[in-house]
Amino acid sequence: MTNGALLELVKVSTHYVSSRGARVVRAVDAVSLSVDAGETLGIVGESGSGKSTLALTIMRLLPPAAHIVSGQMLLDGEDLLQKSPAEMRHIRGKRIAMILQDPMASLNPLFTVGNQVAEPIRVHEDATRANAWRRARELLRAVRIPSPEERVLQYPHEMSGGMRQRIVGAIGISCEPQLLIADEPTTSLDLTIQAQYLHLLRELQRAHGLALIFITHNLGIVAKMCDTIAVMYAGRIIEYGPVRDIFRSPAHPYTQALLNSIPRLGDPGQRLAAIDGQPPDPANPPAGCAFAPRCMRALARCHIEAPPESIPGDGRTARCWLATPDLSRVAHLPHNPAEAGVLS
Amino acid sequence: MTVLQAVALSKHFHAKRGFFARNDSVVRAVDEVSFTIKTGRTLGVVGESGCGKTTTAKLVLGLEEPSSGSIRFEGKDLRELEPARRRYYRKSVQAVFQDPYASLSPRMRVGAIIAEPLVTNEKLAAREVRQRVLDLLRLVGLPARAAELFPHEFSGGQRQRIAIARALSLSPKLIVLDEPVSSLDVSIRAQILNLLRDLQAQFGVSYLFIAHDLAAVAHMSHEIAVMYLGRIVETGEAHALARAPKHPYTEALFSASLPSHPDERRDEVILSGEVPSPLHPPSGCRFHPRCPRAMPRCAEEEPKLRDVAGSLVACHLYGEPSFPASTSGANPRIPLF
Repeated sequence: MTNGALLELVKVSTHYVSSRGARVVRAVDAVSLSVDAGETLGIVGESGSGKSTLALTIMRLLPPAAHIVSGQMLLDGEDLLQKSPAEMRHIRGKRIAMILQDPMASLNPLFTVGNQVAEPIRVHEDATRANAWRRARELLRAVRIPSPEERVLQYPHEMSGGMRQRIVGAIGISCEPQLLIADEPTTSLDLTIQAQYLHLLRELQRAHGLALIFITHNLGIVAKMCDTIAVMYAGRIIEYGPVRDIFRSPAHPYTQALLNSIPRLGDPGQRLAAIDGQPPDPANPPAGCAFAPRCMRALARCHIEAPPESIPGDGRTARCWLATPDLSRVAHLPHNPAEAGVLS
Repeated sequence: MTVLQAVALSKHFHAKRGFFARNDSVVRAVDEVSFTIKTGRTLGVVGESGCGKTTTAKLVLGLEEPSSGSIRFEGKDLRELEPARRRYYRKSVQAVFQDPYASLSPRMRVGAIIAEPLVTNEKLAAREVRQRVLDLLRLVGLPARAAELFPHEFSGGQRQRIAIARALSLSPKLIVLDEPVSSLDVSIRAQILNLLRDLQAQFGVSYLFIAHDLAAVAHMSHEIAVMYLGRIVETGEAHALARAPKHPYTEALFSASLPSHPDERRDEVILSGEVPSPLHPPSGCRFHPRCPRAMPRCAEEEPKLRDVAGSLVACHLYGEPSFPASTSGANPRIPLF
């Protein structure tokens, strides 16, 4: 991982612990990744893979039952896990912002749109009311909302789904954050509106040099928008690297199967290569590799030992025994001492 | 053979404004829509929210009465069916809905859910019903013991299999699939799409497949109809339509669909604006305010569906030869692949 990345996660683990501590769900398990300024990272996974928990971990907005048990989260070199709640409040919305899936749920129905767009500006930048509202109107114009002078005075219910999601986007960029995390930002939008919104996000990213993290289950969005992809399965990143390389030659059987299972425009008729079975219950993951029960190429050892992180190519990692043909070599990789512990 | 034919099918809803208001406006949710579904074939319907695709499904299922036009099932107009034939129609047309968490009763065991259509429609002995349920479960790839369990004990994909087993229980001729995979996980979708295709091959059942995932629709369908604000704007053979869409809206829709590979580059057509309110549809062609290739004529005259190289397209770009400029300008295809 590059030095001087904007955000760098080093072996971050988040566990949900039941009230009596009897059950522990490893929702995010030793996740490492990094995002540079202007870069777009796509985190892909199915429901229960831990991708949304990972987003909330970065924001430190986890529910009380969730605990970040280990790791480091460096934003510009400062560890977010060492920050006090008050310091986090100054970072959230100001340096890291987040766009949620459902714009109706993330906007307050009782306040005008202008109020909600101006709020972070007043809080984080000590702007006067008039200045904040002027900025709010500019932001609505920036996210292509027609006649912003009238729209700032309206309530969320007076707008369409696409417009509401653009308002949420305007709130996200209102304090010019360095990093914007978008959790399934377009799932509630129609196709042509989704295209508009993705286009807008890309323009905003170029204009402000934003780093973007897309949390999605949609590989199409990753193919279209992202530079780097992290594939999550049962709380772990099982494959990580440049989007093009991974779409061309996925190293992990799960990534391969996922890419083969999507119908493509233009190659008609063939039977889809479905993945049998279902994602594992996060509270009760299988021993060894979590994907092994569904894996077409599983070896005997896959059911016993979890595979270490190996490096199938430049800037790539994968967690699969098949990607580490010569195990002894991997175990002795000098910069990978912690993985040896996984093996023993 | 034709299973179902819709002829100039319309459904208008009256929207009254206020209690005493006299001038009620009309929402033309489905407006003079015609299509044909053949035995063992799939018609895919695509379009954005408010385009009328779900209303069309409801009309086919008999959940809404058409305002005008007709649905013909195996050659007979539905409204002229005697009660016995009408019951036969209800049995022959079944549905699988989007959300398998909402479409299965949480208080019934899976066996009872699948058996219910059999019990209400066919006089079968309990033992025969039991046998049919087990056959159906095997058909959709669920173990026999699933019959004793409740829906909450299953995952989304398995629940959708239960819903499919229920739809199959009366050996229908046509199944309406309203977004059958959009609530499922990516790795599960292919399982269900494959299952639906296998069942079609095995039983020759026809599908009306409604979805917003264009790649899935193109994969599943033999024919595709593209709807916009209650009208079919283009319809034709699925792969021809997906490969070379003709109507500017279809072009924009397919260019907006996400690529399956980062190397796949498309010329993007980003439409401005949003779908207008169906209460006040634009004059002329309903798509003209958003159309990148609109002409003055489009605002005045509504284009009719006409045959363009095997597809039916409602667009003035493919008009009479009296508009030579537009017909020659129609050909610069936006390359999709």
